[in-house]
Amino acid sequence: MSEKKDYNYNSPSKFNDEMKTIPPARRITELEKAQMTPLQAMVASFGLPRMIIAGFLLLLLILAPFVGVDLPTQITNIINRFSWNAVLVLAMVPMIHAGCGLNFGLPLAIICGLLGGTLSIQLGFTGAMSFVMAAVIATPFAVILGGGYGLLLNRIKGGEMMIATYVGFSVMSFFCMMWLLLPYSSPTMVYGLSGNGLRPTISLDGFYNQVLARFLEIDFAKIAAALHIGLGPLERIRIPTGSLIAFAVLAFLMWAFLHTKTGTAMTAVGSNPTFARAAGINVDRVRMLSVIMSTWLGAMGILMYQQGFGFMQLYNSPNNLTMPTVAAILIGGASVNKASIPNVIIGTILFQGIVTMTPTVMNSAIHIDMSEVIRIIVSNGMVLYALTRKTEGAK
Amino acid sequence: MNKKKNIPAGKRLLELAQNNTVPIMFIIICAIFIPMAGFTPSYLMNEIVTRMGRNLFLVLCLLFPIMAGMGLNFAMTLGAMGAEIAIILVADWQIWGIPGVVLAMILSIPFSAFLGFICGTLQNMAKGREMITSYIINFFINGWYMLVVLYIMGSIIPILHPSIMLPRGYGIRNTVSLLNMRQCLDDLLAIRIMGVKIPVLTFILVGLLCLFIVWFRRTKLGQDMRAVGQDMEVAKAAGINVDRTRIISVVMSTVFAGFGMVIYLQNMGNLPTYSGHAQIGMFCIAALLVGGASVEKAGIGNAFLGVILFHMMFIVAPGAGAFITGDSMVGEYFRVFLSYGVITVALIMYEAKKRMAKSQTGRELAEAQVKKEDA
Repeated sequence: MSEKKDYNYNSPSKFNDEMKTIPPARRITELEKAQMTPLQAMVASFGLPRMIIAGFLLLLLILAPFVGVDLPTQITNIINRFSWNAVLVLAMVPMIHAGCGLNFGLPLAIICGLLGGTLSIQLGFTGAMSFVMAAVIATPFAVILGGGYGLLLNRIKGGEMMIATYVGFSVMSFFCMMWLLLPYSSPTMVYGLSGNGLRPTISLDGFYNQVLARFLEIDFAKIAAALHIGLGPLERIRIPTGSLIAFAVLAFLMWAFLHTKTGTAMTAVGSNPTFARAAGINVDRVRMLSVIMSTWLGAMGILMYQQGFGFMQLYNSPNNLTMPTVAAILIGGASVNKASIPNVIIGTILFQGIVTMTPTVMNSAIHIDMSEVIRIIVSNGMVLYALTRKTEGAK
Repeated sequence: MNKKKNIPAGKRLLELAQNNTVPIMFIIICAIFIPMAGFTPSYLMNEIVTRMGRNLFLVLCLLFPIMAGMGLNFAMTLGAMGAEIAIILVADWQIWGIPGVVLAMILSIPFSAFLGFICGTLQNMAKGREMITSYIINFFINGWYMLVVLYIMGSIIPILHPSIMLPRGYGIRNTVSLLNMRQCLDDLLAIRIMGVKIPVLTFILVGLLCLFIVWFRRTKLGQDMRAVGQDMEVAKAAGINVDRTRIISVVMSTVFAGFGMVIYLQNMGNLPTYSGHAQIGMFCIAALLVGGASVEKAGIGNAFLGVILFHMMFIVAPGAGAFITGDSMVGEYFRVFLSYGVITVALIMYEAKKRMAKSQTGRELAEAQVKKEDA
């Protein structure tokens, strides 16, 4: 412990004890800024790992045409994948703001979304209606489960991340049993032979596959055909406008919320709980609200993911989304106790860009597919970097 | 001491039950499940003894970081990875039997120690959240492990034997057969009692580790470790190099985990190259916690009891699940759920206790302050 023991032992406040564990976040002073070279200043403001990752992605994009990779298709892929994942990443924001750390309990939120989706199909809804109903049904689950999760996290302040991880695992494995035991009967979802137990992968064709992505979709091929001109390779670009609008609306609401009175209180709780309590904010209530919001956004996020991906994945798959999501917001420049909407957007683009570009570019360039390994190292390295940064205030 | 004697026996029993909720719960689960699963007693005994030999060494190596107050070492997997690299090399050089096992153990030391050093250093940078850091380190190093085994072995590190290599010319196959090494440690000196094979040599090794732990606790370093575990500030004031002590405890844990993994693999008889280490950390931690250990306190007895109870549950759960619901998959998921659940409950109890102790200290300080002001 490098900190000095300058706190007052005789103070009657028990929070004084907590305060010593929160070193003030180190900001770069004007003097230090003046002494830096432009490059250093950029690194300091942008973060070295993010520079490396952004540089790597840029390199991949430049390399792509030379090794025979079709750039428009790749860009379409990146935009698509961004639209699948952005809301999940957005779900990280409230909990980080309220000082609950990174939400490693994302599987819990995903389970709420899965319950909404499966029940919506089970109740016989199809098409766009099934998506709306999935969102509607997922909401009470998110509020109830998120509320319980929030209650738990309030009792164990300081150890949120580890416990969140294992709460996520426990809920996920509990629902592994439930998917088999709950009386689902829709023939599109259950095992064909035995007639009970949900399949691990459920196709969403005829339900909410692409409902948002197809809404107001900009398809350059269609535009070219309508105008009777050839756009060349640009014709392969398709933009899922509906999904992007949905994300933009949620992101705007999030931004607006963070500027309301409650939102400001949330930020205060996250940056200094002692101060927040002194200012008369009910810390536990604000944290609880942040967890419920995070859970609800996670549930919506997985529905967005499914409508883009076209399949619903059950059993152990919720676990596969946790690390990429956490890593994405960290790559975007968030830290354990600070996150903003630009962090979400930049992080998702960078992370999904690398995930889509590495396999194709590397495969065509050196015929070795190392994308999986790179993905593991990048995403976990990023989380590790965030956890070990000494300037971080959060515990 | 006197106070304790005055408490009536009933109350003491209640306290005992409260302090050992998890083991008692598991004993009840096992008692219900065993008749449902319908295994013969000799089969069960055989399985339990085999699994004890296989896992005890690995579980015991978790004790060192707990001693140093670093919580559950999810990164013991690093030791397992080090051992796997050593085993791959030994298998490639075709050194089998006991010499192979011994060589693999020796060879694993530098790998495990190096990885343990990295892990300890990173954990020192993240004091107060060691567990989540060790948990992420485990995935991070797994990426590098895959890089080494999948791409560098065979292309840069020479691999002589094509039988363990992927057909494309580099990288190691998904499973490496260790048939010539299989149970060589277990079979040497093995005795049979009423049809139950007891791998005496493996148990001797486990016993040696237990003796080492008991001895180590009394050494200067062991005492330092416990002091660091109690309170880092106080230990620092007493002149203990806190960071160094913590790194040593992690390195010891990973090195012994490497030995444990070699024992584990020689018992299994094959090496699942990319998934062998994935679940090791979680199952060992769950086993230790089932034995009644907590995040800050664990002993050798917890490890023994935990391995027996946890693996008993593991063996009988699928059968019992099939008996209750007619679907053995439910049992499979149930045992995974129980292992996660136990870790979750232990972590929650630990954090809640820590908070309670903290607020109690605060209250005491406040009261002292009030008294002082009154005076």
